[in-house]
Amino acid sequence: MNKEQIIEALKTIVQPYSEETSALAHIDENTDFINDLKINSANLVDIILDIEEKFNIEIDNDSMAKMLNVKATTEIIESKLAANAG
Amino acid sequence: MTKEEILAKLPYGKSFLFVDELLHIDENGAKGVFTYTENLFFYESHFKNHPVTPAVILTETMAQIGLVCLGIYLLKDNDIEDQLSIAMTSNAIDFLKPVYPGEKVIVTSEKIYFRFNKLSCKVKMENVAGKVLCKGNISGMLISKSNG
Repeated sequence: MNKEQIIEALKTIVQPYSEETSALAHIDENTDFINDLKINSANLVDIILDIEEKFNIEIDNDSMAKMLNVKATTEIIESKLAANAG
Repeated sequence: MTKEEILAKLPYGKSFLFVDELLHIDENGAKGVFTYTENLFFYESHFKNHPVTPAVILTETMAQIGLVCLGIYLLKDNDIEDQLSIAMTSNAIDFLKPVYPGEKVIVTSEKIYFRFNKLSCKVKMENVAGKVLCKGNISGMLISKSNG
């Protein structure tokens, strides 16, 4: 799965948790979950759980703490997927 | 951590405490009881001349027993002596039967997950006859405040 596909999947996961339609429509690497999409910490946990399920990976506490924007989240998903494959 | 220690750590004042006793607690869930005595403050107004326990109070009772007591227990190994606060972040409850003044209820919760400080539980409230009064899911974030 390449970066664009990961971002596309993220978009679908994040959508139900945000009311910011314009920010949602323009999700890219620079989108910040809290500042741009106004997602609270409880919903952020649900997003992480959805990501685990979708990509079949496990997110630890340290990774979770970094997953505050699309860029960092995509990088973490990529590295976990690579670890799974290897 | 004993059941009494958990009750002592609950952050509620007397008029908003809806836990009388914990019957059971372990890693996976909690069970406790509360009796809605007839003199509780909300019966005077909910409703006029027709006291029924408000749905928000039933939800609160299930949250205090099922979620907050369990949360305190789950965080027992954390090295915190300070206040633990729990913010309810979502719930979806079905209310099946009205609960009248004087009724004793039993709340049972089952942990769905506890990840990244978010606790999500399946909860149900029954009367002493074992009839389900309300049930659903409640989630909250556990926030421990250190003295620093």
